[in-house]
Amino acid sequence: MSKLLVSPSPHIHSKDSTKSLMLDVVIALIPAVICSVVFYGWQELLVLGVCVASCVLLEWAITKYMLKKPSTIGDLSAVITGILLALNVPYTTPWWVVFVGAVVAIGVAKMTFGGLGQNIWNPALVGRVFLLVSFPTYMTTWSKPQGLFGVDAVSGPTPLGAIQEGLMQGSTVQELTSAYDYKDLLFANLGGSAGEVCALALLAGFVYLCCRKVIKPWITLSIFATVALTSLIFWVINPARFTDPLFNLLTGGLVLGACFMATDYVTSPMSVWGGVVFGVGIGFLTVMIRYFGSYPEGVSFAILIMNSVVPLLNMWFKQKKFGRK
Amino acid sequence: MSKNTFRIGGVHPHDNKISRECAIEQLPLAPTVYIGVSQHIGAPSVPCVAVGDKVKVGQVIAEPGGFVGAFIHSSVSGTVKSIAPRADLAGRASTHIEIAVEGDEWLEGIDTTDTLITTIPEDPKAIIEKVKLGGVVGLGGATFPTHVKLSPPPGSKCERVIINGCECEPYLTSDFRTLLEKGEQVVVGAALLQKAMGGVPCTIAIEENKPEAIAHIREVIAKLGYKDMEVMVMKMMYPQGGEKQLIDAVMHRQVGSGALPISVGAVVQNVATALAVYDAVQKNKPIVDNSVTVTGECFPRQANLLVRVGTPLKYIIDYLGGIPENAAKIISGGPMMGRAVANLDAATVKGTGALLFLTEKQTRRAPETHCIRCGKCADACPMGLEPFLLNKLSKNADWEACEANAAQDCIECGCCLYSCPAHIPLLDNIRVGKGFALSAIRARAAAAKAAAEAAKK
Repeated sequence: MSKLLVSPSPHIHSKDSTKSLMLDVVIALIPAVICSVVFYGWQELLVLGVCVASCVLLEWAITKYMLKKPSTIGDLSAVITGILLALNVPYTTPWWVVFVGAVVAIGVAKMTFGGLGQNIWNPALVGRVFLLVSFPTYMTTWSKPQGLFGVDAVSGPTPLGAIQEGLMQGSTVQELTSAYDYKDLLFANLGGSAGEVCALALLAGFVYLCCRKVIKPWITLSIFATVALTSLIFWVINPARFTDPLFNLLTGGLVLGACFMATDYVTSPMSVWGGVVFGVGIGFLTVMIRYFGSYPEGVSFAILIMNSVVPLLNMWFKQKKFGRK
Repeated sequence: MSKNTFRIGGVHPHDNKISRECAIEQLPLAPTVYIGVSQHIGAPSVPCVAVGDKVKVGQVIAEPGGFVGAFIHSSVSGTVKSIAPRADLAGRASTHIEIAVEGDEWLEGIDTTDTLITTIPEDPKAIIEKVKLGGVVGLGGATFPTHVKLSPPPGSKCERVIINGCECEPYLTSDFRTLLEKGEQVVVGAALLQKAMGGVPCTIAIEENKPEAIAHIREVIAKLGYKDMEVMVMKMMYPQGGEKQLIDAVMHRQVGSGALPISVGAVVQNVATALAVYDAVQKNKPIVDNSVTVTGECFPRQANLLVRVGTPLKYIIDYLGGIPENAAKIISGGPMMGRAVANLDAATVKGTGALLFLTEKQTRRAPETHCIRCGKCADACPMGLEPFLLNKLSKNADWEACEANAAQDCIECGCCLYSCPAHIPLLDNIRVGKGFALSAIRARAAAAKAAAEAAKK
C-alpha cells in the first residue's frame, strides 16, 4: 500500500452492472432460442446469427466511426436487440431483410438517440415494425414449423392472420378457432415468427428474470390481465365475432412482447404504478388493434405507442416520498 | 423470518460480520492522546484546561460551546501538552487538546467496578443532567448531544424510546458485542432513558442476523423484570439503523421532511449510547472510551477494541499488526456511510465505531456508463426520492428543482449509488444539490424570522 484512496461514501457496490443485467436477459432468452431452433431448424439459426451479428457489428461500427467514442457492445444490449428482432421475424425471412431490420433497430432506433438508455422506443420493435410495413410479403408469409429435421414445410397464415381473413370471408370465430389446439399454442406447433411459437419457453425466461430481480413482474402481469379481461368482455358479448381470452393470450407474440419487449428498462416506466398503467395501455391497445385494426397483430404497435408516453407516466406516477403527503 | 422493516426502499449488502466472534478487548493506552473539541454536532466545546495542567481520567477538559454542545472529558491521566489545531481524519484542522499519558488515574467519584446498579433515579431531570455532565452524544454516527435529544421542545411528547441495535452497516460488530457482553448495562441504560422521557415504553430493535444478542437481551429483560421493554426482531435491511427508517419500522410512523423524530413521538438512541447513559448516570463515568471494530477481509487480525477517546488511528492499527500490503482504503465507520481516512495521524472521537480496511478490488468504482433507466436507484432509495432525477438536476445546477424534488430529504445512505448498474456517482452529485437546497431553505427561514422581528418593532 503506497497511499490511501479517499472518496465519498458508499465505499462498496452491488455486484449488478449493466452487463450482468443484460447477460441475465440473454440467459432468460436461451430457452426460447433453443425452442425456435428446434422447431424451425437451421434457417432459424441463420436468421438468429445474421441478426445478432449485424446488430453487434453495427453498434461497434457506429460508435467507432460515426460517434468516435469507446465501443459499447460490451454491455450486451445489442445482443439482446439482435435476439429479440430475430424472434420477431419469420424464419423464412431472407438474410438481407433481416440485416435491414438490424440497421433500423440499432442504427435508427438506438444509436440516433445516443445509444443504450437514450432511446425512446424499443429498438427491436422499431426494426420489426419497419420490416412489417416495408416488406409485408416476407413478414406475413408464414410457414408451419417443419422442425429441425423435418422436410414438409407448409405455408400458411398465422393463427391471428387466418382468423382475420376468415372473418372477412364470413366465417365465425368458433369455426376458425376449432382448427387450433391450445396445447399446441403453449408448446409451439403453429405458424408464426419464432418468438410467437413457444409461450412456455418464454414464460420460463420471464420467471428467471423475476427471480433474479432483473425485472419486476407488474408490467407483464398487467398486460396479461388487461388482454384477458378486455377480450373476455368482447367475447362474452359476441363469441362469433371476437376471439376468446386464452386464444388472445397465447397468440401473436403477446407472451414475447409482454415478457421481454414491454419490460425493457429504457422504454418502460420506473415506478410500479407507472408500469401497471403502461401494461394496461399495452393490453388494451393490443386487443383493440386485433379486433378492429387492419393488422391482425397489435402487440408491437401497442408497445411502441405506450413507449411514447413513458416520460409522462414517469412524471405522473412517482413513488410516495418518505414522510410527505 | 422477521418481516419488521421500513416500508420504502432499502438494499441488502452482504453483512460480512467477520469480527462477530471477537470479544471486546482493552487497547493498551497510547503514549499521547489528542482530544478534539468538536466531536459532536453543534458548537465546538471550549477548552477549560491550560497547557501544563495535570488531568485525570474523566476530568472535564472542555465545556459546551452552546445549548447544542457537549462536555469533553480527558480520556487519560497525564499532562496537557498543547491546545492547538490538528488535522482530523479528513485532513481538516480543528482544535485538539494533546495530553501526554502518565499512569491511569481516574477522577474521584467515578465507579470503575463492574457492579451492576439497577436502582433508577426518580427524577427525570436528574438523569438528563447526568447525561449532559457525562458528555454523552449519539454514538450511532450522528453524534448529536444526547441531553438535547432528551429535552423535547415544549408541546411535543415522547411516546416510545427506541434502542437501535440494528447495526445494519456491513462489517460492524461493536454494537453486537456490546449487546452480548454488556447487555445488562444496555438494558438498564434503556430503562434510564424510559424514565427520563416520562416512563414511556421501550423497544430494543435488533436485526435477525444477531440471534445470540436477541436471546441474551430478552433474557436480561426478563431477569431484571422490566415490563415496558421488548426486543423487536428486525428483518436484515440497510439502512434500518437510520433514525427515520427505524421509527417507520418500529412505530409505522414517518417523520416529516425537516422534522425531528419527537414530532411523531419517538426518541431513538443507539446501543452504545444506552451504555454511555448507564455509565454516566449509574457510575458517574463520562464517555472516555468506546468500542471500535477493526476489520476487513484483507486485515489479518479482526478485533473489537475498547479504545480511549483521542487515540491516534495509527496506534490502533500498529497494535494489530499494521496496515496490510493490499489495503487500499481505510474507512472510519461502515462501508456504506463511513468516511475514508486521509490522515492516519488523526485521533479517534467519541463517535468512532469502526476502522475498516478494503482492498482496491473491493472499493474501486467502475467507470460510469449511460443511465439505462432501470429505476433501481428509485427502488433502493429509503426516502422515496428519485436519485436519477436529482442527479441530473444537480449536474444542471438547477437548485430550485432539486428542492422541489426533495433533495434536502436525502439521508446520504448510499443505496442509490450502491445499486446503480451503470455505476453513476448518484450520491456524489445529489450531495451537492442537497447542500444548495438546504441552504436555500435556511436562508428563507432566516429571512422570514428577520421580517417577523422587523414587523414587531
